[in-house]
Amino acid sequence: MERIIEQLPRFFSGPNMLLLLEAAGLTLGMTIVGCLIGFALAFVLVFLRQTPGLIWFPLRLICILYVEVFRRIPFIVVVYLVLFFIQTVTPNASLFTIAVIAICLYAVAYTADIIRGGLESVPQTQVEAAQVMNLSRLQINLMVVLPQAWPVIIPPAIAFAVSFIKDTALVSQVGVFELAFRGKELNNQGFSGILVFGTIALCYFILSFPLSLLGQHLEKRLATPRGQRRSR
Amino acid sequence: MPHLAVSGVRASYGALEVLKGIDLTVEKGGILSLVGPSGSGKSTVLRALMGLTPITGGHVEIAGERMDYSSARAVREARDRMAIVFQQYNLFQNMTVGQNVTLAPTKIKRRPKDEVEAQARRLLTLVGLGDRYNSYPDQLSGGQQQRVALARALALDPQILLLDEVTSALDPELVNEVLDAIRKLADEGMTMIIVSHEMAFVREVADQVAFMDDGEVIEAGPPALILDTPDSQRARDFFGKILRH
Repeated sequence: MERIIEQLPRFFSGPNMLLLLEAAGLTLGMTIVGCLIGFALAFVLVFLRQTPGLIWFPLRLICILYVEVFRRIPFIVVVYLVLFFIQTVTPNASLFTIAVIAICLYAVAYTADIIRGGLESVPQTQVEAAQVMNLSRLQINLMVVLPQAWPVIIPPAIAFAVSFIKDTALVSQVGVFELAFRGKELNNQGFSGILVFGTIALCYFILSFPLSLLGQHLEKRLATPRGQRRSR
Repeated sequence: MPHLAVSGVRASYGALEVLKGIDLTVEKGGILSLVGPSGSGKSTVLRALMGLTPITGGHVEIAGERMDYSSARAVREARDRMAIVFQQYNLFQNMTVGQNVTLAPTKIKRRPKDEVEAQARRLLTLVGLGDRYNSYPDQLSGGQQQRVALARALALDPQILLLDEVTSALDPELVNEVLDAIRKLADEGMTMIIVSHEMAFVREVADQVAFMDDGEVIEAGPPALILDTPDSQRARDFFGKILRH
């Protein structure tokens, strides 16, 4: 305890704080970029999975396999796979890029199922009403189904992203200078583990909490898009 | 030449054949009513005409033109000529009344926005909802929603309007407002096929009635004939049960 108090001024020095701030930015940045790209690609994947007919069957199979396989691989294994694969193809790729790609690949698999569940929550009768008006598959998805599916999709999608902020700590394993990595570094410099990782823990909380609040806010706003609802 | 001719139409859900060779005709401006017990295939006839339930045999002609449901393109042709109103209204919950009515005319038929909006307001006034243009479906009663659905179908300028038990989901006190709207359409000479359990209404507006049971048309003819003096035992049993209520 005395050691911690004695270390405090040195630990909370300008350079150290700057280091942590940068690391926190990196953690947040790669999570947000990775999840956003992943989320967008997940939509493409879900729409491809809806394609009809026998010709598109291979495509559908690939989409299904992708989701099922990636959901069963630990994230750290995906990180290593991406690392070694990318390094074989382009040896100069930055570690940040590799981390974002890994996060993205993982996020696609998880959010695709969230999106699919959301789309399926919209009654089939809404789709039929649109079909008989000759709306195309894409128009039905964009104009009728998706607007009604958002309230079902957004909350779990944000919950996934928030929890993923923590899981990105794993990319420290390949040497990305994010929060967990810097924590180990400071610990190795002789700072108390309790002090260092207590601070790191606080950083993760500060990163996730506002996002959780944003999620709750969106959830409320989406659930009541237009004043009070009338019971039927 | 009948406006709509359905000949030997068959349809199945999996192994279960639900339409076993349906023959029906509707004259231009005529109103055909399909009656019969639940599960007799009345609604399936309308769904088959709209391409929602695949047709496995027979054919359909509209104004002498053969409708072919074998490709997506052909199904679009059929859907272009007919419109359907569903039992559960199926209004798009994320759109206002106005958006529901104008969506397909602007996006699919690509008609000018001003013209479509003017038509939508006219149709909504016709069904007695001229002041609800900017309301959302969940702010309306069932009867009002169903009348919006009627206006939405009419905005497509269909050659034939299909009504699938449009009052069955409504509270009794809301039934008449919807029936009144349909009466107006009948007066204007709209060609319609009406699936309904409202026998008094059928007798009043329909000029032909077809009694269906077990995926077949058992008998068809003028309302008075079919409703009062049916030939078949099945029809007599059915109308007997209804009248006893």
